Amino acid sequence: MSGEGVLVYAEYIEGMLHPVTYELIGKGRELISKLGGSVKAVIIGSGASGRAEELIHYGADEVYVYECSEGVALNTLLHKELLVSLIHEIKPKLVLYGATPWGRSLAPRVAAALRTGLTADCLDVYVTDDGSIVQVRPAFTGNIIAHIKTVTTPVMTTVRYKVFKPPKKAPSRNGKVIIREVPADGDIHHKEIEVLGKVREKEVNIADADVIVAGGKGLKRREDLKLLEELAELLGGVLAVSRPLVDAGWASKDRQVGFSGNVVKPRVYIACGISGSPQHLAGMKDSKVIIAVNIDPSASIAKYSDLFVVGDLYEVVPKLIEEIKRVRGKP
Amino acid sequence: MKPAPDVEKVRFDVRRGVVDRSSAELEINPFDLHALEAAVRIKESVGGIVTVISMAPSHAEPALRDALARGADRAILLSDRRFAGSDTLATSYTLASAIKKLGEFDLIICGEKSVDGDTGQVGPEVAEFLGIPHVSYVTEIKEVSNGFVTVASDFGVAYYLVRAELPALLSVTKEVNVPRKPKFKDLMKARKAEIEVWSADDLKDVLDLNRLGLEGSATRVVKAYYALEKGREGIKVKGDEGIRKIIDLLSSSGVI
Repeated sequence: MSGEGVLVYAEYIEGMLHPVTYELIGKGRELISKLGGSVKAVIIGSGASGRAEELIHYGADEVYVYECSEGVALNTLLHKELLVSLIHEIKPKLVLYGATPWGRSLAPRVAAALRTGLTADCLDVYVTDDGSIVQVRPAFTGNIIAHIKTVTTPVMTTVRYKVFKPPKKAPSRNGKVIIREVPADGDIHHKEIEVLGKVREKEVNIADADVIVAGGKGLKRREDLKLLEELAELLGGVLAVSRPLVDAGWASKDRQVGFSGNVVKPRVYIACGISGSPQHLAGMKDSKVIIAVNIDPSASIAKYSDLFVVGDLYEVVPKLIEEIKRVRGKP
Repeated sequence: MKPAPDVEKVRFDVRRGVVDRSSAELEINPFDLHALEAAVRIKESVGGIVTVISMAPSHAEPALRDALARGADRAILLSDRRFAGSDTLATSYTLASAIKKLGEFDLIICGEKSVDGDTGQVGPEVAEFLGIPHVSYVTEIKEVSNGFVTVASDFGVAYYLVRAELPALLSVTKEVNVPRKPKFKDLMKARKAEIEVWSADDLKDVLDLNRLGLEGSATRVVKAYYALEKGREGIKVKGDEGIRKIIDLLSSSGVI
């Protein structure tokens, strides 16, 4: 199957469209200038038809909508089947998914069903002069960067959130919305897999944060996290932690930055009492600005920091809070 | 289970952009220790046999012995030069074929991803090849009974309760449990245990030999290099100057 254009899988969970979707559409538009074809998007779920125009405003030319009942809206097997048949029908050259937990669970099933290649957690996708697609991804906790070509079609890629710029919304943009029926036998998957309900929301979604203040082993007591939280709040940000603090039960995994926690890319990352293990660095080293406060000048996080303040966080952070308040207080 | 080099010890060939394979021995991928522990706990509560399957070079045998010491009943190493160069598609196909050869099973458990490849794709791909449901990013296994498994899974913004019909595949996160350390006597016993080694020929009744290794892979690495740190300035300062510099940087970043 030769194929044309780009298909973007719009991640839509319980009324929420994941913002990585807009970034993927934006990237798709950029890629079709060399690849040819159009940017198509597919959205599946209960209430999905209400979001189709929005995807067009962000740059999709055609949106395929599969409206389905709430009971099967989060059924991975149903999503897989709909995607497999749509891909057979429209034959895209490239299919993009967000490298989110949902995307990284669904995309491999689709890839195996189509017997095509899938490249995980990409930081870039580009088209060479001869028109082939290359995917760029990290491996070995971010130590190795690999450029990968797919020899089967379509090329399928999961892309990390916040690596591509979201395009500007253009409410005047026109496109085509194609409403599809979810086949009645969609219900057969109900037995194989069933989402029974929500256990709980995440305490905080640190991947979305613009400013992160993170604490590590340099903290002496659990209560001291409050100090960092005060700084975070002052900057309109959120508190995060390194793995040892989660292991010690001081904070929930929702706040963990690192290879086995969350990969974050905020505008400013302030690491307090974090030495910088390879696993932690893999989760934050692409932050725009990195500030470290550490008593040990040889801490490995130094190499990854724009500014490294050598000092005791118990002295530096309170002074910093005071100073920010003072600067802010100025007329 | 995937035998993988210890990321704390491993060194990189910076010039060639590859891992220096001699710098660290293969051990059980840390995420997979949680999968094994989950399997052993299920065995302890409802019975059954825990079989460990790995696809790796023959020097991965010690990692499989470690799995036996940690409570697995049987260990199978898929090892053959014809498996070399497999991407996730070829790896999943090979593993799924070996599982078919093993016969009936109720549950496949794997770690959410590996420390080296970091794709998290092999679990769901194996499930697809076997035609069974899967749940990824499992943070808690609530119940295994009456032909179903019920788990909590991380969907991104929230955790959901999901029930899958057996046989099923789960890929688990590190939150799912705290793996036990193997006991000395079990380590000793595992030293003498048999590790079954299966080659491509052993699987030829259940798979297509053209779908293995590099030939059966859908992706090719065209270029790889060591990720040098971005040119961060790394300015080191102390005391009040440090506070001043932070304030400057916060204001130039538009945060204050």
